Amino acid sequence: MKPILPILFLALILFSPAESHEFSGEISAEARVFVNDAVQPGQKDRSSSLKFEGEYNHKFEGGSVVNVVPFFRQDSADSRRTHFDLREMNFVWVEDAFELRMGVGKVFWGVAEFQHLVDVINQTDLVENLDFEDKLGQPMVNLSLARDWGTVDLFLLPYFRERTFPGEGGRLRFGQVVDTANPVFESGARQWRQDWAVRYSHFVGDWDFGLYHFMGTNRDPSFLRGTDAEGKPTILPFYETINQTGLDVSLVQGSWLWKLEGLHRAGQGDKDYVAWTGGFEYTFFGIFDSGLDLGVLGEWLYDDRGSFALTPFENDVGTGLRLAFNDVQSTEFLLGWVQDVASPARLVFIEFSRRFGEHFKLNIETRLFLSQPKNDFLFSVRDDDLIQLEIEYHF
Amino acid sequence: MKPFVVLLALFAASTADFAFAETPEEKGLAIASEKDRRDNGFGDFTAEMTMVLRNKHGQESRREMRNKTLEVLNDGDKSLVVFGQPRDVKGTALLNFSHKTGLDDQWLFLPALRRVKRISSANKSGSFMGSEFAYEDITSEEVEKYTYKWLRDEAFAGQECFVLERYPAYKNSGYTRQVVWMDKAEYRIFKIDYYDRKNSLLKTVLYKNHKKYLDQYWYPDEMFMENRQTGKSTLLIWGKYNFRLGLTDGDFNKNSLKRVR
Repeated sequence: MKPILPILFLALILFSPAESHEFSGEISAEARVFVNDAVQPGQKDRSSSLKFEGEYNHKFEGGSVVNVVPFFRQDSADSRRTHFDLREMNFVWVEDAFELRMGVGKVFWGVAEFQHLVDVINQTDLVENLDFEDKLGQPMVNLSLARDWGTVDLFLLPYFRERTFPGEGGRLRFGQVVDTANPVFESGARQWRQDWAVRYSHFVGDWDFGLYHFMGTNRDPSFLRGTDAEGKPTILPFYETINQTGLDVSLVQGSWLWKLEGLHRAGQGDKDYVAWTGGFEYTFFGIFDSGLDLGVLGEWLYDDRGSFALTPFENDVGTGLRLAFNDVQSTEFLLGWVQDVASPARLVFIEFSRRFGEHFKLNIETRLFLSQPKNDFLFSVRDDDLIQLEIEYHF
Repeated sequence: MKPFVVLLALFAASTADFAFAETPEEKGLAIASEKDRRDNGFGDFTAEMTMVLRNKHGQESRREMRNKTLEVLNDGDKSLVVFGQPRDVKGTALLNFSHKTGLDDQWLFLPALRRVKRISSANKSGSFMGSEFAYEDITSEEVEKYTYKWLRDEAFAGQECFVLERYPAYKNSGYTRQVVWMDKAEYRIFKIDYYDRKNSLLKTVLYKNHKKYLDQYWYPDEMFMENRQTGKSTLLIWGKYNFRLGLTDGDFNKNSLKRVR
């Protein structure tokens, strides 16, 4: 990041009439316990970790906004998980006719729950969690035009962020550590290739939909075999230039929510491919006259590269139960099960969360990788079943 | 006098006659319609909301929200509620397009993922943020959402009041009926009794400290909801009202949802 941008931000914040500004955030302590002994040398069976994420928000009289979200984690087991990131540093210029967002931002696209297939703008911060929900800040200029007939978003993405991968001490990784110091790019411009995306989205009655095209450096790397200085084999991330068209649709009908997201990608490997995730969410509101809501989720996850897919979800069925207690502490419980259609491989996860007082929140999460056959994408994490405990302090 | 005007005058006289013969249902609807007429035309407003949740042991928990509402002609209002407290849900926002008939359109903004999610609004009777208010207690009031019956007139809180019964006309309500105390002079609601699906008294809300805004519109400063079956209560305090800020549809779309924080 060039220093001019922070200075510009500071000047903007200091010299503009403010309507309000606010600093908030969270500090959290996390403990991970891996049930089985590590398979790979160097890996630890336990880890503890501290995370800080702040958010500074500054609103101007005209409605424009600046927000800055710094993030830092210190991890005991994996030096690569100890990292800093600027999740956001955005200036949002708001006019009646348009919104212009400049800086480092975060954008989410998609409707599915078990994986976020079409979500393409931000790179995944994979050292954080396997669920692909933690994202690195993406430098961008985004012009958003909201009209009666829908919203058009134009994105210019001037700099590419590489995916983070666990290091020597980390679990939830391949047998070999991904050599993140030596990434390979298809584009000669490497990280500085100017990527772009355009998206149209709208809603009509019970339907919400979005259609986009992305051209740029693939956020999902392929992997190449290499050797390090000592002649040991390594894995190199290979970032190709792709053209990707993505679609997401949701339909709400009473207590039903139907969703479908899909993509067509050209440029990764020799063959174009399609992948999609579709399914439903049905909620039983106020079960047993108790105020509890029970949500039932079902999704089919498909990738037509089959066993060559760079995802564990090439043909899988995800089912889930979500129990919301709707109590003062916002107690929630989630059970998920993703079953491979063609093999016994399955991923089971349980998540529990509850607030304590006004500021504390407890999260418990377990992930089990069961019956992974040798050829499965998740085979290398077969013994990485884990229980994760997290206490968050929000201010 | 032109014949048409004579005819009109005759017609008016005849409807006035009918008014004497109106049934309790017609009278109830007439009162609700008059209240709706008086409440119309505010345009838009923003306000801050504080909820104090209290359980039967007296333990308290606070919620803070900001509300933005836009009046929509011939349909339900558009509203945006942004949570400020508890802090772990700060920035979570609910966008609601309410409709006179049929289900509302609802979107939820989840700040951690920066995700906007279309959600089902069928959950009318569910608790709003763990409070004693259900979603159906706080969404925009439209005449068409109920059928009515006038019960009697009586004094309440020092005011001469209509006492109406209203029956939800929408699906998934938690109530069989509500009994509403509304004063005759200004059509301000003072009290509502809510009866659950088994027709037992479930909750009572008291609207307190009504203030007049824009020289015309009465809004209560406080709504005190008490659950008569569990002993829990929620005090909802409204503050910092601002009217006619020139809000437009552009303040109530998915883009605005993402930047409300």
